[in-house]
This record gives sequence, structure tokens and C-alpha cells, in this order.
Amino acid sequence: MKTNSTYSPARLLRLQRSLSPGGGLNLRRVIPFGALFLILCLVGAYFVFPAGAIPVQEAQDAANPDYREFPVIGSRTIVWVVAQLHLMFAAFVLAVPMFALIIEIIGYVTKDERYDHLAYEFVKLLSVSFSFTAALGAMLTFLLLILYPSLMQYMVKIFSWTFLPYVALFFLEAIFLYSYYYGWGKFSPKVHIGLGVMLNIVGTAIMFIADAWLTFMNTPNGITETGELVSLWGAVNNFIWMPINIHRIIANVAFGGSIAAAYGAYKYLGAKTAEDKAHYDWMGYVGNFVAISAFLPLPFAGYYLGKEIYAYSQSLGITLMGGTFSWLFIVQAILIGNLFLAANYYLWVSMERIDGAERFRKYIKYLLGAITISFIVWATPHSLVASVEEARAMGGSHHPILGVLGVMSAKNTAVNVLILTTYISFLLYRRGNKEATVPWAKMGMNIQLGIFVLVTLFVIFLGIYGYFVEASVRIGLSVPQVLSVLFAMISITFIDVLLFKNAKKTGEIRWGEIGNRAQYALFFIAITFAWTMGLMGYVRAGMRQHWHVYGVIEDTSVDAFTPTIGYAAIVVSITVFIFFVFIATVFWLTGLTNKEPWKPKEERNKSVEAAG
Amino acid sequence: MNLLVILAIIAAWIGLRFLKANSLAWAAGIWVGLYVGLSYGINPPLPSSILSMFMAIITLALVTYLTAGNDRMKEMADTIVTFVVDKRYTGALIGVLIALPLLVSFKVYLNMTQAPEPPISGRTIHPVPPNTITVNGSPFNIVEGHNPYRELESSDPDAFALHLENGRRVYYQNCVFCHGDNMEGDGQFAHGLDPIPANFQDATTIAMLQESYLYWRVAKGGPGLPSESTPWLSAMPAWENFLTEEEMWDVIMFLYDYTGQRPRVSEEVH
Repeated sequence: MKTNSTYSPARLLRLQRSLSPGGGLNLRRVIPFGALFLILCLVGAYFVFPAGAIPVQEAQDAANPDYREFPVIGSRTIVWVVAQLHLMFAAFVLAVPMFALIIEIIGYVTKDERYDHLAYEFVKLLSVSFSFTAALGAMLTFLLLILYPSLMQYMVKIFSWTFLPYVALFFLEAIFLYSYYYGWGKFSPKVHIGLGVMLNIVGTAIMFIADAWLTFMNTPNGITETGELVSLWGAVNNFIWMPINIHRIIANVAFGGSIAAAYGAYKYLGAKTAEDKAHYDWMGYVGNFVAISAFLPLPFAGYYLGKEIYAYSQSLGITLMGGTFSWLFIVQAILIGNLFLAANYYLWVSMERIDGAERFRKYIKYLLGAITISFIVWATPHSLVASVEEARAMGGSHHPILGVLGVMSAKNTAVNVLILTTYISFLLYRRGNKEATVPWAKMGMNIQLGIFVLVTLFVIFLGIYGYFVEASVRIGLSVPQVLSVLFAMISITFIDVLLFKNAKKTGEIRWGEIGNRAQYALFFIAITFAWTMGLMGYVRAGMRQHWHVYGVIEDTSVDAFTPTIGYAAIVVSITVFIFFVFIATVFWLTGLTNKEPWKPKEERNKSVEAAG
Repeated sequence: MNLLVILAIIAAWIGLRFLKANSLAWAAGIWVGLYVGLSYGINPPLPSSILSMFMAIITLALVTYLTAGNDRMKEMADTIVTFVVDKRYTGALIGVLIALPLLVSFKVYLNMTQAPEPPISGRTIHPVPPNTITVNGSPFNIVEGHNPYRELESSDPDAFALHLENGRRVYYQNCVFCHGDNMEGDGQFAHGLDPIPANFQDATTIAMLQESYLYWRVAKGGPGLPSESTPWLSAMPAWENFLTEEEMWDVIMFLYDYTGQRPRVSEEVH
């Protein structure tokens, strides 16, 4: 495992497959061939290696290999898919209790039972999802132990002391989760909220421990040059542990909110009564609100993580942002641009069911214009994909005009404008059926407008200024950009709350009367979140390239090469597809709780006749 | 920018305004206008890959706009239904039904009659450096190493100026032929190279990189590029075979000085 292997036939086969047109697996061809090949190998092995004929050393090596092969798709791909699925379910299971608890607390404080019912509806999804998470986690562990025994031996050597607390916390998680779910309405509200708080604390602690293992593989710490453990805390508290923890907490909430919103959309589309439609419309809205609220600060957490990776190792940073993986960030920009577009679209379609919101329709085209321009800026690569003729016409791979859009200054500015625009869409939605009655209403709105315009101009100014200063200053400019956007969102919201306190209602929100296309937008948002998560999960793990533990344990398996973008995209897409098949199963199983009890056919017919 | 094209598009949009076009006509007008503008209004032209991406985003945005409001969506649907079922438009409908497959056929014809070209692919511009290199027998740590002469800039400006002068000599004796008089990547050999040399005047090249990175690229050249993200197709010689370490640092400092850029400084690990 420590030394670089030569290209084995299996590795060449995998490389060839990865580089085939489309970069993908031709499963139709590979599965029957793979199955036949496997059977022939087993039969051949039986005759070629009869028992007792293997030399002692070879037998020992065979008993303790560094790697074992998984049939057809290979060890890396199966671990990749299962790890990603486990992560997606884990993210969902950790996120739902966070916002369910907040909704429950809102219900408790406002004494509005609707919130309590909504929180319970979200929590219903947890029971099955928790089992799926555990099953996938166990599968991942077994696969790693079987397929990567030497690596796991090393990881156990470093982190053995973290395993017991992890298992103990998992037990506690099960106890708190099921008591929170089954105990709904059976404890005093304060005790139940306490259970929710404990569930969140334990869940977050579990994630922190698991994050230590995987971040150690990226930016190892607390070990000697030969990989011997010096400090367990050093290994846990490695360079990107906390950035990943922060990024994951925020991303989990965004992802969990989007899945819960998709559940609301699924139930809305199947709802038969106006009451159900209203309830699930509201559920979809709240889920989406949670998702987008968490989504807005997510790019900032991403910058922090990226900056720490770059600071840890220039090589790793360049691999990530300027080298092999940089094209995946363009794919990410397209996915996130779509997320912003869909989030705004949902809000605009939602405004159609608010009496009085029609006065804001005229602003949609301007908001859409800002989103489209920002989307284009964010998705424009620095080096363009061009034919030889096109490149010669441009004088290189950088376009003289578009080239300026391909760097950090432009991207930071674009994403900040996207965040501000989405925030304004939400603000208009919020004001849809309200009219401020406070005497200082006009002045308040002017102040809000002033803050918005000033901050937007400031963000754009810093973006342009970034082209005229050295790199370290330019990177530093992202901080005032982020802070000014946060300042704008907080101060405008603060003024807005005061402005619309005891506001005059110009109409009702007609819950349940939203267009179906808004529900499809919620599905789109959930799928795009999952896709982005899968893509960036691959980038985070894949940037180690031919290292299991970066710079310490080299990957010498047949998979020690970076897959093509096409192959990676296919694996990520298949993983997302499998996840949604599982999630559909979760939705279906959760829906069974509201199903009528089973009756024999005769009784059912009688009931129908009686009803008829 | 091709001003005539831009002005023609603006005139067409103003025409739409006078015609009081409905939302669907506006969306079509904006789509066509932007397509024409992006295709023919910008010099040098955008590569087809980027044009396709921009038009996909614009199409998505226009569909979003048309379907975001109930009234607009109904207006769009009514327009399409009227066009399909109203007898007044039968001729036009037949024209569209004939024109669509013809357009597709024409596109196929254009694609099939094009001269063969090598497949296009995304190129990675920043190769990943190794952590350490050995230059003329001396080890150098790219991650932690720094330019030993940079400090002279503040401590001894006269000595620093001598290094810059030496760097100027090295550049015009060795680098100018590819990288050009003004370091714009347009030297006399540049036109024989694919990809052409980097443009150092561009704020997105050397200003993004630490000096130690440039030292690696100068010392090891094309032969020292990593095995990832190949093919690099770099014609850069390994200058460690022709220059001393001091000369290589001097020319790097001269690149920054001449272009007015500053090298990226190392960041702290938190």
C-alpha cells in the first residue's frame, strides 16, 4: 500500500472504461460479462489454486491483502456510492430535528397548535430514515473493512478511542429520537422540548466525531512523518475539521429542509381535500423557507472551508480550485445557480396565492435579470472550452472580455448579488398581503432601500476593486462583502419587523391554492440539493487523488487514479437516483401511518355501499 | 464589441415595444436578440461551448419569467393554443411545421459538412506543484519556501534594483521570444504554439500565484509538469538547465515588477 503499483490489467480496464465516450459504465454490457467472468474466475481458481498448493508467504499475503476487489463496479465506486447515500440520510436525520424543534418551540410559545402538528409531520419522516441511515452506515463499515483492510487498520490505530463514544452516542441518539417521536404529546411540552434539545446535541456530536475521521484523511494532523499517532486531539482537531463541521451543519439544514419540502409537495399533489392541500402547501412552504434560509449563508461557510484547505496546502488548494477539480466547480455553479432560480421561482409563484401581492409582480423581471446575470457570471469558467480555431481567435484559452468573469472577485460578487436578490424576493413575499401602518413607514422603507442599494453598490465596488490589488488582499475582500450582505439582511429584516408590526392586512394567503408547478419546483430544489451534495462530496474526498490519507498513506489499489468528470457525474447521478428511490420509500412508509386500517373485502364493500 | 449588431438588437426591441408585443413575443424577441448579440456582437467571438451554456441559462430564465405569474402563463398558453387552432393562422402553422424539420436538417447538414477538428476539451490552467523539488541539486520546499531576494525590496532597494535589472536581461535574452515584448504571451514564437504562452499582463495569471510556484514552473518547465490533468502541451523549457537559481528568482521578480502585479503571499493556517 505504501509503494506505487504499476498499471495492472484491472486498473487499465477501469481506466479505459472511465475514458470511454461519455465516460460512463456500460452496465448492460458489463453486468452479464462481469457475472460470467466472475463465475469463470471462481471455477478457474478452484482448479489453478488447489488447497495446499500455495506457498506460505503467498498464503499469508492472500489472507491479509491491502485491498480486495468488488465485482463489476470496483471497490472505490461501491464505497463511494454507499458512503454518499449514508451521508445523505445522515444529513437528513440530523437536520430534521433541528428545524422540527424550532417549529415546536414556536408552537409552544405562540400556543398555535398548527406549528406543533407541522413539527410532528416533519418528525414522522425520521423513524424510517434513521433505520436507513444505520443500515447504510453498517454497510459502509463492512465494505471498508472488507475492501480496504490495511487502510481501516491504520484508521483504527489512530482513532480507536473515538469509536466507543461514537457507538455510545448512537445508542443515545436512538433513545432520544424514538422518545421524541413516540413521546409526541405524551410528555409535558417542556420535557418534550428537552428531549428535542438532547437529540440535537447528541446528533451533532455524532457528526463531529465522524467528521474527524474523514477530515483527517484530507488534512492529517497529530501524527509523525511516518504516520504514527502523537496526539489524538490533534488528529481530531485537524485543519479542516471545524470548517467541515460548520459547513455540514448549515448544509444539512438546507438539505433536510428541501427534502421535507419535497414531502410536503408530494402530499400536496396527492391531497384530496382543501384542508389537506392547505396543510401540505404550508408544509412545503416552511420546508423550503428552512432550506433557503440555511442555503443563503452556505457559500460563506464554503469559502471558509476552501480558504483553510488552500492555507493548509497550496497543492491541495490548486487541485481543488485551479486544477483537476476546478471544472467540477463550474458544474457546482450551474447547480447552485439553478437552486437560486428555483427558490425565487417558488416564491414568485407562491405570491400568486396572496391577495395584494400582485403589486409586486412588476419587480420580478428586474430580480430575474439580476439572477440571470449573476448566474452567468458565476458559471463562466476562467479557461474556456474552445476548439483550436476559437482559442486562436481569442488569443488563448482566456477570452479578453469573459476572462475577467472567471476569477474569484467576479464569483464572490455574483453570489452575493444572488443572495441579496433572493432575500428581496422573500421580503416581497413576506409583505404580500400587508401594508405598513406605522407613521414612519415611508421613511423606514426608504432607509431599507438605501441600505440595499448601498450594500449592492459596495459589493460590486469591492468585486471590481479586487482586480487591482494583490491576491491576498483580494481574498480578504470577500470578508467585507459577506459582512455587508449579512448586515443588509439583518438590518432590513429588523426594520421590516418593526414596520409591519400590527400592519393592515390587504388580503389573505389562500393556502392550498398554489399552482402545481410550484410543487415541482420544490422537487427540483430537493433533487438539485442532493446532486450538489453528491458532487461536492466527491470533490472533498477525491481531491486527495492517489492518497488515502493525504501525504501519509498512498493509494496503490487499481483505483488510484482520478476518474473523468463524465464518470464522476454518472456515479453521482446514479447515487442521487438511488437516494430518491429510498426517499420515495420513506415517504410511502411514513404515509402508511395515516392509512385506514385494513379490512376484508366484504367489509370494505359494505362500507362503500353504506357511504354511497 | 460590434456596435452595429448591438444597435440593431436594441432597435428590434424598441420595435417590439411599439408593436405592444405580448409576453411570449417578448420572450422570443429577447432570446433571439441575446443569441444574436452573444454570437455576433462580441469580438473575438465566444466559443460555442460558452454560448450554449449562456443560452441555456437565458432560456431557463425566460421560461421562469413566463410561468411565474398565473396571468402571464395563461396569456402564453392562450397564444399558443390560438396559433394552433385558429384558422387564421393555418398558413403560418403549416409554415412552422415545415420550417422546423428543415432547420434541424440544415443544422445536421452544417455539422456534417464541417472540416474535421480535434475534439474540444476543458483545459486545466494551473498545474498542481509537488511539495518539494530539487533544483540543480538543492532541495526547495514549494509550500513553505520563499524568494530569498524579495526582502531586499524593503531592506536594500538598490540591491533589489540590481536584481530586477538582472531579471530584465534574463527575460529579454531567453523569455521574450515566446512571452513577448510586453509579456502578453505574443512573442514571435507564440503563434507556433498551442496553447499559446501565458499572458502575464492578465491580472488572473501570475498575480494569483506565489513566487515559489513560479520558481517551480520556471525551473522545471514543461517536462516537470505533473501527471494529472494531462496533456499539458507546454513548450516551456526546464530553465534550471540554463540559468542559475539567482537568475530564475531575478526574472520572476522582473515579471512582477514589469507588469505591476504583486505575488500572492502565503496564508496562515488557522
